[in-house]
Amino acid sequence: MYAYSDFDESFVRNRVRQFRDQVERRIDGRLSEDEFKPLRLMNGLYLQLHAYMLRVAIPYGTLDARQMRQLATISERWDRGYGHFTTRQNIQFNWPKLRDVPDMLDALADVGMHAIQTSGNCVRNVTSDHFAGAAADEIADPRPYAELLRQWSSDHPEFQYLPRKFKIAITGATADRAVTRAHDIGLRVVARDGAVGFEVSVGGGLGRTPMIGRVIRDFLPEADLVPYVEAVLGVYNQLGRRDNKYKARIKIAVHEMGLDTIRDLVEARFAETRSEFPGAEAALAEIRAAFRAPDFRAGGTAIPSGSPAFRAWTDTNLAPHRREDHAIVTVSLKTPGQQPGDASADQMRAIADLAETYGYDEIRISHRQNVILPHVRKDDLPAVFEALAAAGLAAANAGLISDIIACPGMDYCALATARSIPVAQEIAVLFETLDLAHEVGPLRLNVSGCINACGHHHVADIGILGLERAGVETYQITLGGDPTERIAIGERTGPGFAADEIVGAVERIVTAYLELRDSADETFAEAYRRLGLAPFQKALYSEESRENAA
Amino acid sequence: MKRRFHPSVVTANDLFEGHPVWRTADGRWSATIREAEVLRDPETAEARLAAAASDAARVVGPYLAEVATAPEGPAPLHFREVFRVRGPAHASDRLDHLPGE
Amino acid sequence: MSDRVLITDAGFGPVDPAERYLDFADLEAAPGALRVDLGPETDPATLTPHLAQIQTIRIAFPAVSDGRGFTLARTLRRMGFAGRLRAAGQLIPEQYPMARACGFDEVEIDAARAQRQPEADWRAAAGRQGYLARLRRPAA
Ligand code: SF4
Repeated sequence: MYAYSDFDESFVRNRVRQFRDQVERRIDGRLSEDEFKPLRLMNGLYLQLHAYMLRVAIPYGTLDARQMRQLATISERWDRGYGHFTTRQNIQFNWPKLRDVPDMLDALADVGMHAIQTSGNCVRNVTSDHFAGAAADEIADPRPYAELLRQWSSDHPEFQYLPRKFKIAITGATADRAVTRAHDIGLRVVARDGAVGFEVSVGGGLGRTPMIGRVIRDFLPEADLVPYVEAVLGVYNQLGRRDNKYKARIKIAVHEMGLDTIRDLVEARFAETRSEFPGAEAALAEIRAAFRAPDFRAGGTAIPSGSPAFRAWTDTNLAPHRREDHAIVTVSLKTPGQQPGDASADQMRAIADLAETYGYDEIRISHRQNVILPHVRKDDLPAVFEALAAAGLAAANAGLISDIIACPGMDYCALATARSIPVAQEIAVLFETLDLAHEVGPLRLNVSGCINACGHHHVADIGILGLERAGVETYQITLGGDPTERIAIGERTGPGFAADEIVGAVERIVTAYLELRDSADETFAEAYRRLGLAPFQKALYSEESRENAA
Repeated sequence: MKRRFHPSVVTANDLFEGHPVWRTADGRWSATIREAEVLRDPETAEARLAAAASDAARVVGPYLAEVATAPEGPAPLHFREVFRVRGPAHASDRLDHLPGE
Repeated sequence: MSDRVLITDAGFGPVDPAERYLDFADLEAAPGALRVDLGPETDPATLTPHLAQIQTIRIAFPAVSDGRGFTLARTLRRMGFAGRLRAAGQLIPEQYPMARACGFDEVEIDAARAQRQPEADWRAAAGRQGYLARLRRPAA
């Protein structure tokens, strides 16, 4: 795994020292709140409904046992003993106090972590495939590129005050598990004539105006990555709108000016930036050496037999590893009834122990808000399952309807228009009670508490968006969204549902799917592609319209 | 043209702790909305908000929030404000707010 | 009457009150100007015919959150502008090293800001170097 160099270490320490000073300057008035706010955001510190919130980067979703333990310690020492993993592979602490934050950042720096650029109008934490380095379908490990981009973007003097936030995602596999086309820049590793490069898309994003990124370069040689991204950012910083924050993302520039215009501007700029990074190649080589695969221990290629509970778990929570004798384990943070994506300090430690004992000291965070043990020997699966069960982490529901993405919503978030956590909890508990989740099979259900769409509702089979209408919560449903390489934005079904109706509405959709699918093998997504929106609309609204008519 | 004025209080977040606070009649910041000064006309409301804005060394982002008034003191009207008063359904009491539980 | 402060690597200094800047919009009418004011929205290509004789370009920063000037400065340097580049307006000490790294020589602020954010704050922020210098260093 990538370990901090002396340079990283001094950079991050410096940054903490600087933030400590900024906090003092805010308190004594040398910095106004307007001046302090972008600075605290660049260091991951938000002010939410009830408290500050510190968002810590887990770069490209990778961490080790020592780091996970430190997160547990931080949560106990300065927060309330738990953390919330997000769709952007970050962890959020919900209760820090302003004056404690520099100490928390120092504690993070002790284990090579930071909160730099997890917020604010700058290049955000680069996200990546949570199966990186382990997946059977991988062309190249995307993490060295992600780390290179992290270094390039950290404190980049030109791009700290962009029109709006800027998100980059990268995948190195054929399956897109990083939702790359929903990012300002999406990078897909591709091989051409034996050379590795990237397909580059721009202008993707969810939020108020969901857009799928468009391919601006179908093959960018590996060596051109940094100067090309620098050129895109330069064009964006100059042209992105600053008069309206809802129109400030690069997707709007692409939409208003046209992809070809943007491409020409980027290429013209790239012609100049191309020669400006002679050190990037050496940096990449250095980084790559740090991402060597572990020394795998050989073992059996079959999954050991076990109890029905163990079998149910291996059915859902394993993914193919590039070695036959290993598996990728998804540790579900979605036990029905819990707050999606939350882990207690004890659970973090239990995961750290497992990673150390059975997982070559590697842990990943997925954008579905679960924890991944990327390399587990199949022979060790029973022991891993036992330990997870003891820690309350053995929910056998990865990829099922109860594996819900939910943003913090009105329970924490200052921007929320409705609650999302209780909706997710209730749906998960319902399908658990009905014992239907396995019968329904793979189904992505995502909930956002406002139009900003942090819960990725647009790219879910069933998306739920919480809004406020006339002072009460109302929930809109979208169907048929897809986060993968066949990315699609969900279609709205029609009028929204009240808080006490939304769970029943989801149940009607699922019941309709079970009736309509042509076999148990046809997933919800496949059935939706075959049938379209209409039969589900009927299931959702016909009963209601009858009631209304009565 | 202007919307009718509704009784309001000045609220903000505490600079150091981050939690919601409400401005009292004697210019303190209280952690309970019940102690807040109820502002009954727009002129007073604007004046108190301006006073609050100059209190940047204590609080962040003061604004006016509409309230219902009762003998026990003001209570939030808008449901976002209700949540600010009530706090989140926290991990330790995860299920207790679920309808039907 | 110069109550504005000029910040360079040497610290605080006065702004020369005699300096006059021509608004970029008037440049066509008075093509020989030595000092020009640019708004952050300026398309740098329109300066091409004038770059050789301009001595100082002052780029406005209308708000702390508006970083267009950084890219504008970098672009002008890439175009070969070798004169003085000044960032003027709403900048905070943290932005001094950014401005320098983007090709600015100096920063101009008003007296009120200089009082609230004294020289020591600007000195403390100056000279920070991020990763970029490493990625830009020549290959070994
Ligand atoms: S989607 Fe809205 S409510 Fe949810 S976390 Fe994002 S901003 Fe907050």
